[in-house]
Amino acid sequence: MEGSVAYENDLNLKATELRLGLPGTDEREEQSVSNVRNKKRPLQDADEEFGANGKSDAQNETAPPAKAQIVGWPPIRSYRKNNFQPKKSESDGPGIYVKVSMDGAPYLRKIDLKVYTGYAELLQALENMFKFTIGEYSEREGYKGSDYAPTYEDKDGDWMLVGDVPWDMFVTSCKRLRIMKGSEARGLGGGV
Amino acid sequence: MESSEVNMSRDSSELDESARGSSSPDLALERVLSLLKSHRDRSSVSLVCKDWYNAERWSRTHVFIGNCYSVSPEIVARRFPKIRSVTLKGKPRFSDFNLVPQNWGADIHPWLVVFAAKYPFLEELRLKRMTISDESLEFLAVSFPNFKALSLLSCDGFSTDGLAIIATHCKNLTELDIQENGIDDKGGSWLSCFPESFTSLEALNFANLTSDINFDALERLVGRCKSMRVLKVNRSISLEQLQRLLVNALQLAELGTGSFSQELTFRQYEELESTLSSSKNIHTLSGLWEAKGLHLPALYPVCTHLTFLSLSYAPLQSGELAKLLAHCPQLRRLWVLDTVEDEGLEAVGSSCPLLEELRVFPADPFDEDIIHGVTEAGFVAVSYGCPRLHYVLYFCRQMTNAAVATIVQNCPDFTHFRLCIMDPGQPDYLTNEPMDEAFGAVVKTCTKLQRLSVSGLLTDLTFEYIGRYAKNLETLSVAFAGSSDWGMQCVLTGCPKLRKLEIRDCPFGNAALLSGLDKYESMRSLWMSACHVTMDGCRQLAREMPRLNVEVMKEDGSDDSEADKVYVYRSIAGPRRDAPPFVLTL
Repeated sequence: MEGSVAYENDLNLKATELRLGLPGTDEREEQSVSNVRNKKRPLQDADEEFGANGKSDAQNETAPPAKAQIVGWPPIRSYRKNNFQPKKSESDGPGIYVKVSMDGAPYLRKIDLKVYTGYAELLQALENMFKFTIGEYSEREGYKGSDYAPTYEDKDGDWMLVGDVPWDMFVTSCKRLRIMKGSEARGLGGGV
Repeated sequence: MESSEVNMSRDSSELDESARGSSSPDLALERVLSLLKSHRDRSSVSLVCKDWYNAERWSRTHVFIGNCYSVSPEIVARRFPKIRSVTLKGKPRFSDFNLVPQNWGADIHPWLVVFAAKYPFLEELRLKRMTISDESLEFLAVSFPNFKALSLLSCDGFSTDGLAIIATHCKNLTELDIQENGIDDKGGSWLSCFPESFTSLEALNFANLTSDINFDALERLVGRCKSMRVLKVNRSISLEQLQRLLVNALQLAELGTGSFSQELTFRQYEELESTLSSSKNIHTLSGLWEAKGLHLPALYPVCTHLTFLSLSYAPLQSGELAKLLAHCPQLRRLWVLDTVEDEGLEAVGSSCPLLEELRVFPADPFDEDIIHGVTEAGFVAVSYGCPRLHYVLYFCRQMTNAAVATIVQNCPDFTHFRLCIMDPGQPDYLTNEPMDEAFGAVVKTCTKLQRLSVSGLLTDLTFEYIGRYAKNLETLSVAFAGSSDWGMQCVLTGCPKLRKLEIRDCPFGNAALLSGLDKYESMRSLWMSACHVTMDGCRQLAREMPRLNVEVMKEDGSDDSEADKVYVYRSIAGPRRDAPPFVLTL
């Protein structure tokens, strides 16, 4: 059953350290994103986290770009989500669905790029979907600090590192995504 | 029933057809036993003695298998030679919420192959959470000439092509019930495949298919199937088309409308109203997509005898619901969206005194900005007005211990209490305390409780209460709750009738898992995901309990020692032979 992919992200069980410094995004968005990340606590500490304080902290932020969705929660069947009235979304038109593969994973996934507003959200979603951590992005060195690098195939058939071009350009040129692992990934970087 | 599955392991060597002839067949006993319908009664009967066991197995025509992997089709066919109707359930229930990867299993095909050989006169197949391919549907259509009823609920693996084959070949079909499935909807032409000579259909439900169907074909089909009592169309059918269908099917007992919002001329509206007035047998009404207050009055004549109303696709406001319910005094079951808010539920309490079941679904479950929906007040209001309430499914964003205590005081007969406070781990919003006392009140007061789903901030105390008081509890669903192993241990040592336990995201580990060693063989299944159970714990369970199947689903990138998703169930068929690579059988 195909529920909308936006609902399939896990709440991170470990605090994520992803921070991005991307060309073309403004500083304000960056800040609110990193603020949210600092406030995230592992789900296991539910007892402490969900006192009144924990909740209000999270809500003090400007609306975080990445909605923390827990897989399969609330427990509502897919057909009920799909058959209901279509939610009014900002952008009309069909979604931009691209396949996502991850080296070593048994099956591919599909995501709708239109659902995300920027790289931060997209990478968060990918981390949640495949349960891994992307390193820290820098224009010079690509994704440092992890064995994974997110790449995409663009309209020309070339494999590019995710994050180098402005988001809007990326969304229109991305044909499929591949999360590379290992030595192949470490070779990718802005400077290579 | 469960024990009948376990009992199939005895005497399997004696279950040859010849054995029947050698012991004097007690045909009178068989005749009497053939009147028994409940599979639990039949299970009890089969345990009395060998003669009764044999008489029962020869007289049974319907078999219910709650877990397709607990038994094999060969074992079933050996024990029950005369089956005409089969109900099978496959995947664990949490697969409905995307917690089970694709291609997990529960494929119907091996069953169909055995059935084709042993039950050529099979008439009914009802599947829940099974995988069925178009090829299997074709196999079904050609292998069983007497086939009458197909019901697929929460299944996947097939497309509308498969439905076309069923429609084309099953000459005696009386029921086609396609609900809520992961179906590949390639278009509506399947419905046109029913031959013009085909007139036997009594129940047709394609409400959850999305494509347009050929309306003329449907109109002719409904017109010539004079015994049709259940018709549930999909959203593509307009109000005007609905009226044309109904006018030739005034005998309908259950109606699922299509889209209930259309610009109707006055004349069209009058026609609709008049036709609905003539539909005096309708007691179940559903569909009603996009229903607008404007058209609802047309339903009033039908509402008078309505016992089941499902508005779970109609985002009504409180006033619209109130007006509608004023005409539904006989209502026993009601499903609504939380757009009706507490005020709408107050109307439920005041208009429907005979209400037994209420389900309130969230219209926008994933939108955190929503500040309406229903609260504890609505639930309390219903409990005051509907003392016969015994089944509730309630999605809300806030709840208090005091409210739940009041609710169960008003309605002590709950058999099914499923409360979902949508924010995980949320406390009583007034006192900030855990919701332990709420569920404590439920289990202490509702002695007939069979099914319970808990939510909110819960400590081990909740589970102490459950273990101590919930003596009739059969199904328990737990998410984001508990403080330690002790919680789960209380449940496993306490609830004597527990059959299904499903747990996700709780701090229960190996000690808890292993405390149920004595329990799991009397249960259908246990599910634990995102808990603290490790592979070692699972291996130990598997070692100590060889008649249980202990399966772990590993997720990519997780620690080798973690047991991400654990599914444990009793089986007389041994370990699965069709497990995909990500399912490890220990």
